[in-house]
Amino acid sequence: MTPKSEEELAQMITGANGPLRIKGGGTRPIGRCEGDELSTSAMSGISLYEPGALTIVAGAGTPISEVEKVLAAENQRLAFEPMDHRTLLGTKGEPTLGGMAAANVSGPRRISVGACRDFMLGVRFVDGHGNIIKNGGRVMKNVTGYDLVKLMTGSYGTLGVLTEVSLKVLPNVETIGTVMLRGLTDAKAIQAMSAALGSPFEATGVAHFPKSKFGDPLTMIRVEGFETSVTYRAEKLRDLLTSYGDAEIQVGATEGPGSAEGWAWVRDVTAFAEQPGDVWRISAKPSDAAELAAKMDAKAVQYDWGGGLIWALTDEGRDLRTALGDFDGHATLIRGTADVPTFQPEAPALAAITAGLRAKFDPRGILNPGIMN
Amino acid sequence: MEMPVPDASVLSRKAKIVERLSQVLPRDAVISDERETRAYECDALTAYKCPPLCAVLPANTKEVADVLRVCHEMGVPVVPRGSGTSLAGGALPTADCVILGVAKMNDVIETNYDDRYIRVQTGRTNLSVTGAVETNGFFYAPDPSSQLACAIAGNIAMNSGGAHCLKYGVTTNNLMGVTMVLMDGTVVEIGGAHLDSGGLDILGVICGSEGQLGVVTEATLRILHKPEGARPVLMGYDSSEVAGQVVTDIIKAGILPVAIEFMDRPCIEATEAFAKAGYPMCEALLIVEVEGSDPEIDAQLKLIMEIAASHNPVELREAKDAEEAGRIWLGRKSAFGAMGQINDYMCLDGTIPVSSLPFVLKRIGEMSKEFGLDVGNVFHAGDGNMHPLILFDANKPGDLELCEEFGAEILKLCVEVGGCLTGEHGVGIEKRDLMNVQYDPADLEAQMAIKDIFDPAWLLNAAKVFPLETSDARRAA
Repeated sequence: MTPKSEEELAQMITGANGPLRIKGGGTRPIGRCEGDELSTSAMSGISLYEPGALTIVAGAGTPISEVEKVLAAENQRLAFEPMDHRTLLGTKGEPTLGGMAAANVSGPRRISVGACRDFMLGVRFVDGHGNIIKNGGRVMKNVTGYDLVKLMTGSYGTLGVLTEVSLKVLPNVETIGTVMLRGLTDAKAIQAMSAALGSPFEATGVAHFPKSKFGDPLTMIRVEGFETSVTYRAEKLRDLLTSYGDAEIQVGATEGPGSAEGWAWVRDVTAFAEQPGDVWRISAKPSDAAELAAKMDAKAVQYDWGGGLIWALTDEGRDLRTALGDFDGHATLIRGTADVPTFQPEAPALAAITAGLRAKFDPRGILNPGIMN
Repeated sequence: MEMPVPDASVLSRKAKIVERLSQVLPRDAVISDERETRAYECDALTAYKCPPLCAVLPANTKEVADVLRVCHEMGVPVVPRGSGTSLAGGALPTADCVILGVAKMNDVIETNYDDRYIRVQTGRTNLSVTGAVETNGFFYAPDPSSQLACAIAGNIAMNSGGAHCLKYGVTTNNLMGVTMVLMDGTVVEIGGAHLDSGGLDILGVICGSEGQLGVVTEATLRILHKPEGARPVLMGYDSSEVAGQVVTDIIKAGILPVAIEFMDRPCIEATEAFAKAGYPMCEALLIVEVEGSDPEIDAQLKLIMEIAASHNPVELREAKDAEEAGRIWLGRKSAFGAMGQINDYMCLDGTIPVSSLPFVLKRIGEMSKEFGLDVGNVFHAGDGNMHPLILFDANKPGDLELCEEFGAEILKLCVEVGGCLTGEHGVGIEKRDLMNVQYDPADLEAQMAIKDIFDPAWLLNAAKVFPLETSDARRAA
């Protein structure tokens, strides 16, 4: 099914006899669910873009690449740097705005400017009753009523099918600089990354690789902006981190770890692509990260968000949560066949709220049922 | 402005209710004397007043849970209250309610500079959150203008913003986790010292839910290191169109200032008479502030000054030092006080797309003549959040009603041009009956369905946010 309008979509949902599997570009098959395919691809296109107001509104089926192209022409961008899952998951197709929003997809810059959910200004969607609902809007500050925009972002289609999203965008930058430290243990690297993030120099990407194609181990700290500012901040960070080693600085690099391509390699977790094993994504308190990683007995790990995000490549079929035990955070199975819940099970009181919300928005349980289990 | 008829059965059980609450709280934490409950009769929307049945001041999550359990069992409405600085009537009591004040809960529970967060009890004031971390060079970014007094609990309830949110975001972008007590006394932990939700983003819907879903007792807040420095420039223009164009050009040039503030002529005149900041008399005044090291600030200001100069400003003034910066901010910071010297005022906070600024200001000017009430405009121009201040005389019969009618027309205009009713103050009672202007019945039904999950009996701050006739069936059930 490929509805062309909200009305058609509403009819399809009302008329559905069984579960629906909602598809954007089909590039992020995270979670398991069965059902008739319902594609948002025909609800596509940018309906409004005001560079001076830093806002863009587009249909849920709009390819991200189309949005990024239009933004780039005005020297703007999606600042939360959405990860492209195609490499890691071996998928084809065009990632869409709706899929990105439904999975709250962000990248390394999340640590500095916020996640996809922080840039979402408005949504339109059709819920499991077939009701067409809007929330938020196209302005940056809006506290009118409850924030269903955040609720819908990252809800994987289980509360409703997104038809349109409004996003805040930001200016592009003149150049990027990367400060690189080598040879640090995970624990030391996290300390260094925390020092960088706790400085006034606005690191916009902070990642560590115990192993990397650019040499082992590698710690990368990114600064962005006007060239003089980037150079200044990179030098300041290098000076701040002298106790962790002599940092190398790259400004405006066109290849290697400090280039835009290098950061895309970080963003897309390219290191784990085509490597056998399950891939887990763990959000944690940065200062817990090294200890958590040690517990995992993983084939490989890499850290983003200054240690707040751990990517782990493990043997297939393992329940990594057993190894992690109780911790401040959550683990999601992004790739793999382990017979465990894809998402971190919630504590009973929170799980009851979640179940209640699902029952309200999708009483028949037909929208991507079970995908967030 | 109408409030629901108080529940007579609750009123008649006051003694019993107070007794039950006194069993779960220390003696001095239950306030039931009519002279003392008057202290809670209103918030900063002082046009509306109603003393509550009683007020309680619990000291921790357990006491909050005990209070809510008692009220839930006895079917007593509860209105949570931070510091009572809401401009929207978010903490306005009903005669049959228990005011649950968080003022005693102001401890810092944990500060963690490595992981960049602070965990506080939510009665703590916004500014004292920064106060707890500033000796280490850190700050809490959301800065509502009431930050000296307003509590984090209220900031979370209203998803408060501030002048610097163009760069740092509003409360929801800086809130990592909460401990919240549901109306039935259940304690829920949401989020924590990590980023993003592992399931549905429940934290996102709690922030800005105006105390209708639960009482947040503890919060984990993101803290940031302060920038090396910050400096503003001031520019004046002959028309709001030109000023609007300058804002657009600055943003399009790839510069993201931390603040872009706008004032119109009536506001400039009022603040000059009051604060004598030396502002130029013109139609539109902009204050643009950037952050960074001195050389970085110089570089950004140079670009901004070039853009500003290309639009024929009547005045263009760069702060060379802290004293000049202070003088540039002086007028803006005293704008509300200055307008208050002239008369009583009502402060609106609708948001509009920045591109609609000239049109909206023109229409407000025309409406000002139609209604015969003066208006001054202060405006977070970077994000479109307007603050029209309508002057009226509270002692003149009918003036408040006229002012409210005028305010409603301005807010409808904000929605018409693609904006919204409230950018940072919240709906409360003030904009409650305008919700139908922005939202269709299905939109409101979806929002109310959320409250059904958290508070099925609709006991928690239930007369707010949704038009009474829309929420009637649920409140009566």
